[in-house]
Amino acid sequence: MGCGESVPHTRAVYFLLDTSGTYTKEIKKAQAIANYLLGVLVSGDSLGLARIDSGSFTEKDIIAKVTFDTRPSYANQQKRAFRQKLDRFVTSVKGSSHTDITGGMLQAAEWLNETGAGHKFILIFSDLEEDLKPGFIRDFAIDLERISVVALNVTKLRSDQIDPREYMERLGVWQGRVESGGGSWKVINDLDRLEGVLTK
Amino acid sequence: MPDLEEMFAGVPLSLPVIALIAVAVMYLGRSAAHGLIRALFHTVHDTFHLLARSLKSAEERLSARNREVLMEIGRDSTERLIEREFFRVNSVVARDLSGYPAMQRKLADQITTIDEDYREASETPPVPPSWVEAVETIANLPQKGEPTVVGKILDDIHNTMMATQKTAMNDYRKATNERHGLLGRMLPFWRKLEQTLGQVDVTVKGLEQKAQVIDKQMEKYEGILKKADPAALALSASQMTNFIASGFVLFIAVLGGFVNFHLIALPMSEMVGAASYVGALKVSDIAALVIIATEIAMGLFLMESLRITRLFPLIATMDDRMRKRMAWAAFVILFTLACVESSLAYMRDLLAADREALNQSLAGVQVASPEMRWIPSMGQMVLGFLLPFALTFVAIPLESFIQSARTVIGTVIAGLLRGITVAIRIVGDIFENVGNMLVHVYDFPIFLPLKIEQMFTKQKPGPKGGGGSSKAQQQTTV
Repeated sequence: MGCGESVPHTRAVYFLLDTSGTYTKEIKKAQAIANYLLGVLVSGDSLGLARIDSGSFTEKDIIAKVTFDTRPSYANQQKRAFRQKLDRFVTSVKGSSHTDITGGMLQAAEWLNETGAGHKFILIFSDLEEDLKPGFIRDFAIDLERISVVALNVTKLRSDQIDPREYMERLGVWQGRVESGGGSWKVINDLDRLEGVLTK
Repeated sequence: MPDLEEMFAGVPLSLPVIALIAVAVMYLGRSAAHGLIRALFHTVHDTFHLLARSLKSAEERLSARNREVLMEIGRDSTERLIEREFFRVNSVVARDLSGYPAMQRKLADQITTIDEDYREASETPPVPPSWVEAVETIANLPQKGEPTVVGKILDDIHNTMMATQKTAMNDYRKATNERHGLLGRMLPFWRKLEQTLGQVDVTVKGLEQKAQVIDKQMEKYEGILKKADPAALALSASQMTNFIASGFVLFIAVLGGFVNFHLIALPMSEMVGAASYVGALKVSDIAALVIIATEIAMGLFLMESLRITRLFPLIATMDDRMRKRMAWAAFVILFTLACVESSLAYMRDLLAADREALNQSLAGVQVASPEMRWIPSMGQMVLGFLLPFALTFVAIPLESFIQSARTVIGTVIAGLLRGITVAIRIVGDIFENVGNMLVHVYDFPIFLPLKIEQMFTKQKPGPKGGGGSSKAQQQTTV
C-alpha cells in the first residue's frame, strides 16, 4: 500500500447473464442492473459483462469490459459507450441450449484477478440451474479467493414449485462451491434492494 | 470462624475452644497487630499526602506561570492600544495642528482686517464751526447805536450757519452710511473667525478625549506592570471571552473551508486522478486541501505583512519595503488561487451536470436541461472566488485563539490539578481513618480480656502512675 497506490480501493465487477432457454425473458431486468452498476462504479473501477451460454469459459462470451479512467469526465464517456454495447446485446440476444455457469465463473475469476482490483465481485443473473453439454467437466473446486459472489434474481423453476427443497438445495450447492473456493456468497432476489450488491 | 475451623480441621477441638485460642492469640499479638495496621495505613496516607503536596506545588508553579503569561499578553495588548492611540494623536496633530502657524497667520490677518474696519467705522462727532464763539461775542456787544446792524449781521450769520449745518449733516449722514457699510463688511470676517476657532475647538476636544483614553490605558498598563490582582482578573476574563469568541469564528471558518473543499474536490480529480489514494484519503481530496491550506497560509502572510496580526515576529520586524513586497506577493498568489478556484468551481458544475445527465439516461429518464442553469454556475464561480479572501481573515481569530488558548488551557489544567490534589488528600485521609477503624475492629473480638485488663490495672495502679496500663489504655482508646 505505497504512496499513490490505487489497487486496494478500486472495485471490479463481472456480471454474468444467463441466456439459456426462457431466462432470456428476464434480460430487461439484467439491463437495469447493469445500468445501476454503471451509475455506482467510479473512476478506477472495472466492469465486465458476459453471458452464460453452452460453453462459457471463453473470452468470446464477454460482451463488454472496461476499466474506468481516473478522470471522471472521460469515465462518463466510457460508461456511455458501455451502455451502447449493452443495449445492442439486449436487442440481439439469443437463447442458448445449455447453461455453463461454472465456466462463466471460472472466466470471471480469471478476469477479476487480472484487473488487480481491491474488491472483486461476480454477479450471476441466473436461476442457477446448470445444464452442461455432454462431455463437459465442471465438477471441481473453483478458486474464488477474496471474491464476493452475488446471485441475482434466482427464479424458481416449475420443479421448485412442486418441491421447494430443490430450490434450497440448488442455492446450498452453489454456496458450498463458492465458499469452499474461498469466496463469499450472497443472494439478492429483490432487485429494488440493489444498494447492498457491492458490499461484502 | 470458618477459616479457623479449616485450620483446625484435623485437630480434635471444638469450636468454642478454637475461638478461645484465637482470642488469646489476638490479645497477645494486639500491640504488634495495631502497629502493623497503623503503619500500613499511615504509609498509604503519607504517600497520598506527598503526592498531593507535589501536585499542589506543580499547580502553584503552573498558576504562577499562567499569571506571568497573562500579564505578558495584557502588557503587549495594552502597549499596542496605547501605541495606536498615540499614533492617532500623532495623526491629528500632523493633520490639524501642523497647519496651526498658517491658521494663526490667517487669524491674525482676519483680526487686522476687522481692526482696520473697526477703526474706519469709528464715529467722529461733527466739529462745531470755530466762528460760533465770534458770533456769541458779537451778540453780546452792547447795542449803543442802531440795533439793526447787529441784527443784520446775526441774520446773515444765522443763514450761513444753517447752510453750513445742512452741509455738515449731509456729510455726517454720508459718513455714517459708509461706517455701516464697513461694519457690514466685517460680518463675514467674524463668521470666518468663529468657524476657524470652532475647528480648533473640535480638534482640541478630540485630542482631549484621546488623552483620556490614553490615561485609562496607562492606568491599566500600570496595574499590569504592578501585577495587581484586579488587572489579572480583568485580563483573565478578557482572555476567556477572546477564547470563546475566536473559537466560534474559527468554527465558522472551518465550515467555510468545508464548503470550499467540496467546491474544488471533484474537479481536482480531473487534474490529479480520482483513483489514487494515500492511506484512506484520495489524492484529489488531499490536493484540494493543499490548495485551501495554501490560501489560508497566504492569508496569514498577508495579514502579518499588513501588521494586522503578529503571529510571526520575523515578518513584523522586517523593514517596510520588504514587508510591502511580501504583502503584494501574498496578495498576488491569493488572487491567482482565487481565480483557479473559481474556474474549478465552474468545472465542478459542468462535471456534476454531466454526471447527472448520465445517471438520468441510465435510469431511462429523458435527459432534461433545467432552465436558468447559469445561476448556480455563476454562484459557484463567485463563491469559489470569494471564499479564499474570506478565509484570509481567519488569521485574526486564529491569533486571538492561540493567545487565549495558552492561558485558558493553563487555567483549566491548574484547576484540574487543584481538584486532583483535593481528591488525593481526601483519599489519604480516608485511608488513615480506615486504619484507625480497623484497630477498633481488631479489638472488638477481644473486648472481654481487654475489659478484664482494664479493671485489673485500675485496681492495681503502678508505682509510677501506672506506665504500663496507660500504654494499654492509649492502645485501647485510639
